[in-house]
Amino acid sequence: MTNAPQEIERHTFAVLVDNEPGVLARVIGLFSGRGYNIESLTVAEVDAAERVSRITIVTTGTRMVIEQIQAQLDRLVPVHRVRDLTAEGRSIERELALVKVTGTGERRIEAMRIAGIFGARVVDATLSSFVFEITGASEEIEDFIGLMSQLGLIELCRTGTVAIHRGATGF
Amino acid sequence: MSGEQLTGSEIVLRALRDQGVDIVFGYPGGAVLPIYDSLFQQNDVRHVLVRHEQGAVHAAEGYARSTGKVGCVLVTSGPGATNAVTGLLDAMMDSIPLVCLTGQVPTHLIGNDAFQEADTTGITRPCTKHNYLVKDVNDLARTLHEAFYVARSGRPGPVVIDIPKDIQFASGPYVGPHEVRHRTYRPQMKPELARVEEAVELMASANKPIFYTGGGVVNSGPFAARLLTQLVRMTGYPCTSTLMGLGGFPASDPLFLGMLGMHGTYEANLAMYHCDVMINIGARFDDRVTGKLSEFSPGSRKIHVDIDPSSINKNVHADVAVVGDAAHVLEDMIRIWKARQKRPDQAALDDWWAEIGTWRRRDCLRYQRSEQVIKPQFALERLREHLRGRDVYITTEVGQHQMWAAQFLPFDEPNRWLTSGGLGTMGYGLPAAIGAQLAHPDATVIDIAGEASILMNIQELATAVQHRAPVKLFILNNQYMGMVRQWQELLHGGRYAESYMDALPDFVKLAEAFGCVGLRATAVGEVDDVIRQMLDTPKPVVVDVAVDPHENCFPMIPGGRAHNEILLGPEEKIEEATPEEGMVLV
Repeated sequence: MTNAPQEIERHTFAVLVDNEPGVLARVIGLFSGRGYNIESLTVAEVDAAERVSRITIVTTGTRMVIEQIQAQLDRLVPVHRVRDLTAEGRSIERELALVKVTGTGERRIEAMRIAGIFGARVVDATLSSFVFEITGASEEIEDFIGLMSQLGLIELCRTGTVAIHRGATGF
Repeated sequence: MSGEQLTGSEIVLRALRDQGVDIVFGYPGGAVLPIYDSLFQQNDVRHVLVRHEQGAVHAAEGYARSTGKVGCVLVTSGPGATNAVTGLLDAMMDSIPLVCLTGQVPTHLIGNDAFQEADTTGITRPCTKHNYLVKDVNDLARTLHEAFYVARSGRPGPVVIDIPKDIQFASGPYVGPHEVRHRTYRPQMKPELARVEEAVELMASANKPIFYTGGGVVNSGPFAARLLTQLVRMTGYPCTSTLMGLGGFPASDPLFLGMLGMHGTYEANLAMYHCDVMINIGARFDDRVTGKLSEFSPGSRKIHVDIDPSSINKNVHADVAVVGDAAHVLEDMIRIWKARQKRPDQAALDDWWAEIGTWRRRDCLRYQRSEQVIKPQFALERLREHLRGRDVYITTEVGQHQMWAAQFLPFDEPNRWLTSGGLGTMGYGLPAAIGAQLAHPDATVIDIAGEASILMNIQELATAVQHRAPVKLFILNNQYMGMVRQWQELLHGGRYAESYMDALPDFVKLAEAFGCVGLRATAVGEVDDVIRQMLDTPKPVVVDVAVDPHENCFPMIPGGRAHNEILLGPEEKIEEATPEEGMVLV
């Protein structure tokens, strides 16, 4: 499309889908087949009785690409509804990370202190290691990881973003 | 739920019957034997045995495209399914409604690399509108009805149902089509009225309007084509069509400018370039149509009517976007145009037609006539004369002959022109012609072919003979992959790498070997004679027309160029070297 803004934007989509076999492959295949980016993707069933799953996708692209992604997702047969939470504004995004840090002495104490500041919980400990559980916006988690990488971070696991719209109305 | 218990294979046949399927195109194999056994024991659904599964899918496309109904295919697992893939993607790209049943190894063997096992749903996921693997016979009837609903609703497309062999043997309940309602899929058919009103206001304000119509009109049905014709005539605006849309508006109408795009007419492309309001009904701004995007119709405001919201703003920004089925939208447009007593600015419109008239007088389809050699355009002109007054369906293969057929054969009705537009599948035309012929036994069905394309599915001649489908193959034989050679000539220094067809078969003997009639024309004076003989023969006929091997297809907008850089003939050279970004375009 000509004369469209070319800046790369980052958007979070919430997609309600029928939890049928292959539905996740369909969504991922759409992104790879059309050359769209996936920054993160989470999926889980949210209504067992109705067999509905919710997928949260964080993606980047120009305005035109973002619009296309929404239209293409909406076109998939098992998709109930797609919402661009970023475009709608007022949404909350959270991510969970498990962070394994090793060290002794001063470094171990410092890791513990910083975890306290970030509100991370210790979910496993040995005499020379911790596993922290931290929940927050992606930037907070980035900050925490950045500090921990200087204090003996050896392993990291992140869920990717989940997001929900603020206010009293449902999906 | 009805309590009637049937086997899986009986459920398949019952569902096909209840969906109005009269012909299924297929090829048997181990994983579909139960379905073939049920097929054998009933008389509602006729099976047409093809000679390659790709042929089955193209035949079903020909059937679907010429009738407006859902085409139906039945193939076995593994290679049966993978051979069908090209046809499925062809149907996807051209929005043809199909249901393709594939056999699968029994459920307990899935994932074991069993004999003739393929991950059919995995392979076909990106080349179908939707697909299913049925792992429980209780879901089978519902899945079949859903598949037909998905295939024909909204923007049509192919749907695959993969059925493991044990499910075909198992017993389960049958439910009828009316007991099934899809959980999620509800395409928007009726447009938002406010958008249509905006569109009508913009249309009425135009000084240099043009209708740009596509396959969406044909897919919407003959009623949409009638409404389009009514609206265009009401406004007096010029109308052009994409390759897929030909027949949506009568080609013989003076308001019709011919096809647009890479090999479209000079007047259509220049009118697109210079218009101030473009009214796109059911076309998708394909790269064959737009040429260089940044210079595509730079001065126009654009109305885009499409049933598929993802087509809107995909390539070209729409100033007014109307989502809905073409017939519904056109009906609303006509009603609002009349209710608001819209009149075009007649003086401006007269000027616009005068300008178009100067482009028309370039006579862009003119070609160098010859007494020594048969020009392909001449052969098609003669064919056109002989077809007057007949009930005709035309299919094509892919290449120069396809573009010449689009340029030189007039289509006044929808569903008469069957061609592989989006995917450009060589080998489409013969099986598609068989599908169309079986749907219209008394019509004249002609595959305009090239000698290269026709060899890709030539085995289907046996299908035509077996099923008494008297299709006509009109081969414009130039001994080259003509379009490849044309591009090599224009863009690659005339180095004809592998585009010369050495060792071609004798098509007359080939036809006879299959039990068809073979004819040949090598001189200008023989063309009328072979066409007459072809049309008078109530059997499949192969006509080998030896045409000028060096003829190129014009007009042509070279890749990466704008509409106003169109080349009219061999005397016009590409002025400067094609820019690199144009070279990489196909």
